[in-house]
Amino acid sequence: MDISFQQVNFAYAPNTPFEKKALHDINTTIKTGSYTAVIGHTGSGKSTLLLHLNGLLKPTEGTVRVGDTLITSETKGKALRNVRRNVGIVFQFPEHQLFEETVEKDIMFGPLNFGIPEEEARARAHELIEMLGLPPDVAHKSPFELSGGQMRRVAIAGVLAFKPSVLILDEPTAGLDPQGRREIMELFERFHKEEGLTTILVTHSMEDAARYAEHVIVMHEGRAVLAGPPEEVLTDADQLAAYRLELPRSVRFQRDFERLVHCRLSTSALTEEKLAEMIAKLAKEAGELK
Amino acid sequence: MMEKMIFGRYLPGDSITHRLDPRSKLIFVFLFIFAVFLANNTATYAILLGFTVFVILLSKIRIPFLLGGLKPILFLVVFTLFMHLFLTREGEVLFHWKFISIYEEGLRQGIYISLRFLILVLMTTVLTLTTSPISITDGVETLLNPLKRLKLPVHELAMMMSIALRFIPTLMDETDKILKAQLARGSDISSGSVQQRVKAVIPLLVPLFVSAFKRAEDLAIAMEVRGYRGGEGRTRFRKLQWQTSDTMVLVLLGVLSAIMLYFRG
Repeated sequence: MDISFQQVNFAYAPNTPFEKKALHDINTTIKTGSYTAVIGHTGSGKSTLLLHLNGLLKPTEGTVRVGDTLITSETKGKALRNVRRNVGIVFQFPEHQLFEETVEKDIMFGPLNFGIPEEEARARAHELIEMLGLPPDVAHKSPFELSGGQMRRVAIAGVLAFKPSVLILDEPTAGLDPQGRREIMELFERFHKEEGLTTILVTHSMEDAARYAEHVIVMHEGRAVLAGPPEEVLTDADQLAAYRLELPRSVRFQRDFERLVHCRLSTSALTEEKLAEMIAKLAKEAGELK
Repeated sequence: MMEKMIFGRYLPGDSITHRLDPRSKLIFVFLFIFAVFLANNTATYAILLGFTVFVILLSKIRIPFLLGGLKPILFLVVFTLFMHLFLTREGEVLFHWKFISIYEEGLRQGIYISLRFLILVLMTTVLTLTTSPISITDGVETLLNPLKRLKLPVHELAMMMSIALRFIPTLMDETDKILKAQLARGSDISSGSVQQRVKAVIPLLVPLFVSAFKRAEDLAIAMEVRGYRGGEGRTRFRKLQWQTSDTMVLVLLGVLSAIMLYFRG
């Protein structure tokens, strides 16, 4: 499911004194099976952009194409339902959307809505409980008895349960501890690879964008100002600073390191592991020279 | 869909109406409701309508915006008009067709009552559009103060009112977020039979209540930590100031009532 934006403009409460323009002339494409990160400062339009991807918001002007479906300001009903069936969104703090009596039922809510048979939905729910590392006895507990981190996992399972082919993550790790954060991001990475998902990650974390994404879109004041592979977008300090963003930690470290030892490493290190590898190699070469 | 609703919303601005003391505006609207009932003929209704338009112009609210926001109420106004048109059977018959007949008195009553209704709604909407929720609460609290002697917990009521008003937009945002999250999971509120729709509200209501409880708990703790111990011995940050223009507003209302009493049939 390729996703493309053509000249998309969006305003909240159009034609009222409360009107607020949120998106300006967005033109961008997200390829099937790619892992895209959308980054930008608070209020830059990231979340508004992602709500367009499954028709929860419709463009005021322009068109959004999701697979074969065209979403314009006039699209309604069945077409949108079809899009929503294929596009799963994990919202910010998704644990706020839990409501059923048991975890199992909550996870089955999505699949049942989209017409997946009950038995299959139940099997899928149990499978996900296991995959997400939740204790098996959790299935028949109330979601409100769980800890915050567990609730988050249940909510995520509720989205993965109807097997969307596009998965949108809106700051999925906000408010989690470092370990939980890492675990959940690794999990999405695994799903992305194993199920061939198209993943779109909206995040503030430059590290996550650098580590996982193949394509990065930078939003600034409602415009998509930069797009490209992370090696290009996330290593240009001046440009990022202009959009009130920072370099990923490892790239910052690399720059300082290069400055201090007066040498240049072959490529940009987007992750700490890569950086360590490159420095180790450098050290080895230097050792051999001696 | 809620974007165009303007009831109870505040539109920040800078006009004479915005700068008035909330107490004078509240007293004004309260007394104005009685004044509206003084009108009983064309002249008095015309004066009343003219006065309302004058107040709207003073508040600098754009008229198309105001009328657009009142659409849901306009339906009620028209409904009242038709009820009177078809059900009042007094005076001469103006129009007759099969079993429908419209009487002169019905037409007049219909126009008067719906006009009265419209004027009341317009005036109260102007009040809320030009007065921030916080100053409305402040106004209500000071106006109700004398009732403390009757053991009415005025401070508590005002505090609850100001917290409630403060959280309306927050809860609306929250509702919107949860609604979107459930829509994304395939829940469908806007179609299906009545029973299905009522059922579809549960995924919205449960999380909303849960989060309201949590919010209340957090807020209560935060208030206590900051030393809130109830109304006793509190000082005020926002002091209300009664100005000449506030007295003028009430005088104006008196003049209006006098004129209407004079022209009353």
